[in-house]
Amino acid sequence: MITLNINGKQRALDVAPDTPLLWALRDGAQLTGTKYSCGMSLCGACTVHVDGAAVRSCSTPVSTVVGKRIRTIEAADADKVGQAVQAAWRKLDVVQCGYCQSGQIMGAISLLQKTRKPTDAQIDEALQGNLCRCATYVRVRAAVHEAAKQLGV
Amino acid sequence: MSEITIQNLSRRNFLQGAAGLTLGVCLPLSAQATFVLPDAARIEPNKRFEPNAFLRIGTDNSITVISKHLEMGQGTYTGLATIVAEELDADWASVRIEGAPADASRYNNLLWGPAQGTGGSTAMANSWMQLRKAGASARAMLVAAAARQWQVPVAEITVAEGVVRHAASKRKARFGELALAAANEPVPESVSLKDLKNFRLIGKHVPRKDSAAKTDGSAQFTQDVQLPGMLVALVAHSPRFGGKVASFDDSVARQIAGVVDVVQIPQGVAVLARDTWSAKKGRDALTVQWDDSAAFKLGSDEILASYRELAKQPGAVARRDGDAETAFASAAKVVRASYDFPYLAHAAMEPMNCVMQLSSDGCEVWNGEQFQTGDQYALASVFGLKPDQVKLNMLFAGGSFGRRANIHSDYLIETAHIVKAIGGRAPVKLVWMREDDMRAGYFRPAFHHVLEAALDAKGTLTGWRHRLVGQSIMAGSAFEAMMVKNGVDHTSVEGASSLPYAIPNLTVDLHTPKDIKVPVLWWRSVGSSHTAYSTETFLDEVARAAGKDSVALRLDLLAKHPRHAGVLRLAAEKAGWGKPLAAGKKGEKRGRGVAVHESFHSYIAQVAEVTVRADGSLKVDRIVCAVDCGIAINPHNIVAQVEGSVGFALSALLRGEITLKAGVVQQSNFHDYSLLRLDEMPKVEVHIVPSAEPPTGIGEPGVPPVAPAVANAIAAATGKRIYRLPLAGQDLRG
Ligand code: FES
Ligand code: FES
Repeated sequence: MITLNINGKQRALDVAPDTPLLWALRDGAQLTGTKYSCGMSLCGACTVHVDGAAVRSCSTPVSTVVGKRIRTIEAADADKVGQAVQAAWRKLDVVQCGYCQSGQIMGAISLLQKTRKPTDAQIDEALQGNLCRCATYVRVRAAVHEAAKQLGV
Repeated sequence: MSEITIQNLSRRNFLQGAAGLTLGVCLPLSAQATFVLPDAARIEPNKRFEPNAFLRIGTDNSITVISKHLEMGQGTYTGLATIVAEELDADWASVRIEGAPADASRYNNLLWGPAQGTGGSTAMANSWMQLRKAGASARAMLVAAAARQWQVPVAEITVAEGVVRHAASKRKARFGELALAAANEPVPESVSLKDLKNFRLIGKHVPRKDSAAKTDGSAQFTQDVQLPGMLVALVAHSPRFGGKVASFDDSVARQIAGVVDVVQIPQGVAVLARDTWSAKKGRDALTVQWDDSAAFKLGSDEILASYRELAKQPGAVARRDGDAETAFASAAKVVRASYDFPYLAHAAMEPMNCVMQLSSDGCEVWNGEQFQTGDQYALASVFGLKPDQVKLNMLFAGGSFGRRANIHSDYLIETAHIVKAIGGRAPVKLVWMREDDMRAGYFRPAFHHVLEAALDAKGTLTGWRHRLVGQSIMAGSAFEAMMVKNGVDHTSVEGASSLPYAIPNLTVDLHTPKDIKVPVLWWRSVGSSHTAYSTETFLDEVARAAGKDSVALRLDLLAKHPRHAGVLRLAAEKAGWGKPLAAGKKGEKRGRGVAVHESFHSYIAQVAEVTVRADGSLKVDRIVCAVDCGIAINPHNIVAQVEGSVGFALSALLRGEITLKAGVVQQSNFHDYSLLRLDEMPKVEVHIVPSAEPPTGIGEPGVPPVAPAVANAIAAATGKRIYRLPLAGQDLRG
């Protein structure tokens, strides 16, 4: 048993310590919004926040995040930034298949928490590791700007 | 699959000319199953109005549109619901969408005959009239019910946004209030449909219905299905196609906590565990000896070398106009080029997966289900069931690009064998890791093309010869008899045999090597994914040789193809064709290129602007697209699909390549099959041609012109012509 602080709740999960956070969330905590796609930190589909920073949960063993605050897409609306990002994503119809979008959104929230008015170059730097096979990139970029606008400076 | 009789229904059915997948499968009556819709239980049958297979209206005013097509990203659910809601005059906010069960008697793709499935960019095209009628007849029944209740003439009743009104008597009712009465009205034999100019949803910005669920983590993909007692299965697959298990040692795997069972199946060795990570550890702990005696052992270099040899001989004729031999014999100038195209993986972000449960009365499947009828037959034959005992739940697919509509039902059959091997004692979720998905085959086939053009003394194009060499997608499938005619698989030559240009003497022929055992499949835009490249870059080279402008030459040759010419003119105008491009930085070379291509009855022209940097690297700056896909049901979504197609095509152009060494696929994950990234995405501008033609597809047609437009732009910038894809590793400096 390992206890994790996920989305503000203490969750006791029956997983081995070497289990990647991704699978502890999905199979253990039944939080399936965080997605698997590469398992090697190559795509960003599994992005969650650990103590506010965007991390690739597929390559983060659960033993390393005990006692830390874990936030997943299911709690994206827990703050103003997350709400603005979700609203911008919906307003611009960013999603296509949707499979990468939890990761895109968690990446965008993390960026906007640090940088309230990101430039294109800052968006590139923050989100270029989030692959989208549907190539929704034009709208991902536009939606980050839109969310920044909604948040004001 | 022996029970399936196949006939070609394409010509009879709909649009002229065969689409990527226009086929018919005649089912025995036993296949015409009806399943209780999962959601049907929520509103009691006597509390809802179910005028047809596509629509339910609840007394609570809920409107449920049943989608017979898979939502794999293309906006299909939203588009189909828009058509119904338009003719129904429904309140869009109360519309929800539900995936249809497998039932080809009600939910067949009208362009595939009696088979149910999604693909070939047909969802809107085949549903257009069907769903307009479905919406309109439900509306007529609601109006008839109101007229009866209120004792007023039908003609005095109006309907808007889910409310039925009689102005003179100031009476009104929401759909829900009339639902039960409407259910007792006769279904009208004929209904009048709206005039285009009265559309209130079609042609407007209707937001996607799946946005909320796909931005809060609640959207259900196959990967997310959890059933009580479910086991997760990972499979050790043969590294070579056609390899079999000789022996295996599972002693270490079985000791891993969470691992429940290890079974041998025809596809390899499956490890079943309580959770995914334990299954992966178990699978990785197996040692398997493979029997490669019947496996395919060639490398991709050897395959392409053999294709180049084959191309020296004439192939099966796909099209012959006039007399190309004479035209070439008397030509003043001949231009010749050959092209190599690699295998490509679909690499959807959700790797293939499937959940399956066996019960006393059949088998139930949860899947991003793209080919219901074929999958029902395939699974029925594994289990010895009747096809109608295979119940398919269609979930969102995390991308597909063709992969989930597998004519050989590969990953579904693999799941079935695992379920069978454990005697159906637990539901099974097959999970492919990225590496399994990348190496499983069903690639876009590798191709070799040779093109020759004959020019007379005035530079007029008098002859065209196009030879293609590559594996057939349809060969060996249930569709071979129908889709392969006179040795020509239509999907191998589409886009080449349908070349629209007025060239009097033209031959297209094809070699289909039978000894290459790499599994191949349609990949977003199918044959056009390579034929558009060779034809449109070669024509550009011919224009250069004839001293003509690329757009002007095309327009000259497209006099009889106004829709091609229309998009070409529009794209050229919007891109400022003919005006000088802004210069790049010092050492940079910039260029503009154009391509136009029809696929799946939609027409797209693109103008690409590129920069070749001093170090030879490429930046695609901007792509201007003009699209004619008939009536634009959802312009905002058309733009999204074209943007996405540009990115998808650029991935392939820049770096997309699956290679084999001694039969073993060399790529495994996104580090060696790398996709386009955000910072590489060009500006994309999409212009839609206004049209009153019936809507055609938009999921695929944006892909084919991208690579040739960019390659032509590179040639314009540096003079370098690209004859081999991808670009990676080639010096573009000319
Ligand atoms: S699944 Fe973690 S980065 Fe791809
Ligand atoms: S929306 Fe499909 S992978 Fe990004």
